[in-house]
Amino acid sequence: MKVSNLLKKYDGKAVVDSVSFEIPKGKVISLIGPNGAGKSTVMGMISRLIAKDAGMIDFDSKDISKWKSRELAKRLAILTQQNNVQMKLTVRELVAFGRFPYTGSHPTQADQKIIDQAIAYMELGEFEDRFIDELSGGQRQRAYIAMVIAQDTEYILLDEPTNNLDIYHATNMMKIVRRLCDELGKTVILVLHEINYAAFYSDYICAFKDGRIAKFGPVSEVMTKETLSEIYKVDFEILQVEGKPLTIYY
Amino acid sequence: MTGKLYEKSWFSTAVLGVLLSIMSAASLFVGVMDLTPADIFRGDTEKLWLLLVSRLPRLLAILCTGMGMSVAGLIMQQLCMNKFVSPTTGATISCSKFGILMALLFMQSSTLWSRAAFSFVFALLGTWLFVWFIQRIQFKDTVMVPLVGIMFSNIVNGVTSYFAYRFEMTQALSSWETGHFSMVLRGRYEIVYLALPLIVLAFIFSNHFNIVGMGKDFSQNLGVNYKFVLFLGLSIAAAITASIVVVVGSISYIGLIIPNIVAMFKGDKIRGTLVDTALLGALFVLVCDVIARVVIAPYELPIELIVGIIGSVLFIGILFRRLRHGRKAIRAIAKKGGEAA
Repeated sequence: MKVSNLLKKYDGKAVVDSVSFEIPKGKVISLIGPNGAGKSTVMGMISRLIAKDAGMIDFDSKDISKWKSRELAKRLAILTQQNNVQMKLTVRELVAFGRFPYTGSHPTQADQKIIDQAIAYMELGEFEDRFIDELSGGQRQRAYIAMVIAQDTEYILLDEPTNNLDIYHATNMMKIVRRLCDELGKTVILVLHEINYAAFYSDYICAFKDGRIAKFGPVSEVMTKETLSEIYKVDFEILQVEGKPLTIYY
Repeated sequence: MTGKLYEKSWFSTAVLGVLLSIMSAASLFVGVMDLTPADIFRGDTEKLWLLLVSRLPRLLAILCTGMGMSVAGLIMQQLCMNKFVSPTTGATISCSKFGILMALLFMQSSTLWSRAAFSFVFALLGTWLFVWFIQRIQFKDTVMVPLVGIMFSNIVNGVTSYFAYRFEMTQALSSWETGHFSMVLRGRYEIVYLALPLIVLAFIFSNHFNIVGMGKDFSQNLGVNYKFVLFLGLSIAAAITASIVVVVGSISYIGLIIPNIVAMFKGDKIRGTLVDTALLGALFVLVCDVIARVVIAPYELPIELIVGIIGSVLFIGILFRRLRHGRKAIRAIAKKGGEAA
């Protein structure tokens, strides 16, 4: 997937301007940056939740806007926080929706098997008949991930997956992201606020500032004192933990 | 586990089906004119005539009304992501009545079909306006949505009354003000049958409605066209409502309480609840109608009165349950259900 010269304007003001980068396959890529830097907007445009004003998102040598919705849903999944959490669906019913782009309202035996596997992979077996509104935030998040696994896409986009989760669940979430990439071979793109999670669990980081890309590259290249101080306007210290750069800011 | 749950889900449907059949058969023999099963078996032509011209049409109209209104409510609640939205609280019924008035005003010789068409168009426009409004203004408190709907609906009712008064149509319109089945006779009610194919259509698209009910992003992720499904669902709900209102008049509460009661026990997956919702809706209207026929026999009360009394009590119950216990109360029921399974 290749993004070139992306532009988005709100009220005549460009919130995303000439953003270009190529998404490496089979890696975890984190989009970071201060509030309003445009990272969520870029994510929205990649997933077509937000219409782009100019630029090109090349997905399998075809612009993403030219894809049929249902075909795209088999290749690229997006999970945002804007889901109706009051809906009383069981975990299994939710996960089963992941097969909707393939077989619609008539899931086959093969679909059932994939649904079983997705539930087992997220260790939700004992909850599969529980309603999602009875689950804890972490469990519900896992149920949504199971749905995306059942959706069986090459690309998974996650908009702030650690939001509203405590340290334990947020860390588990990041480990799941890593497994999606390492074990299932997915390309995972996520918007993150926690830069240490981004540093520790991703392969590439794309740092945004004022609607433009400030720095894009492997984690070690982006996680430097100079780059981060420049983006966030606070002082940083970089530590090495398990061979990965982690930051302290104050 | 899944197998058992599956069995259990069919159990409630079967119970409702049996209850409804018994009540339906019994209701045929309730009324001013004496009619007993023995009369039918004896082949009394006069009694048979009564059965075919009055009692049976009335029963069928009741079943269609109960099923239709509760399914319309179910669809609206899902699509608007709000448990308190229904044809009553979403202004569909009042706009539908306004449409009937317009038909009476502008077409001197309006037929049942042309009134239904007007009714449908206005019901659709009104529902759309309401949904557009509540999507524009994101209310934090879910109870605000039906309150806005009730206000909107009162405004429409006010305008309707004004025009009816101005053009001396109040009397003609009064037949639709309070719903009743006493005018249901062969040849002048068949349009309510429209509810049935529409319910089938709703069943076919039930998964789409569920997905759209999960939100715009969720729909987009699964490749479901949010706006199209929203439009389709609201059109189905408006068409069902219009076809019922034009025959029976306004009947409130059914679309509001029936889907809520079923959802408390069976969740929100429409594929699993639609049939139960339709059956319970039909049963509820049938019971109310029998009460309406029996209470002051040989006279009868408009069913809207009975539905209003029972419905408002149930509605207040649901409201308190949702407000006071929030999700906890519903969780308790679900847990009980889970253990039973």
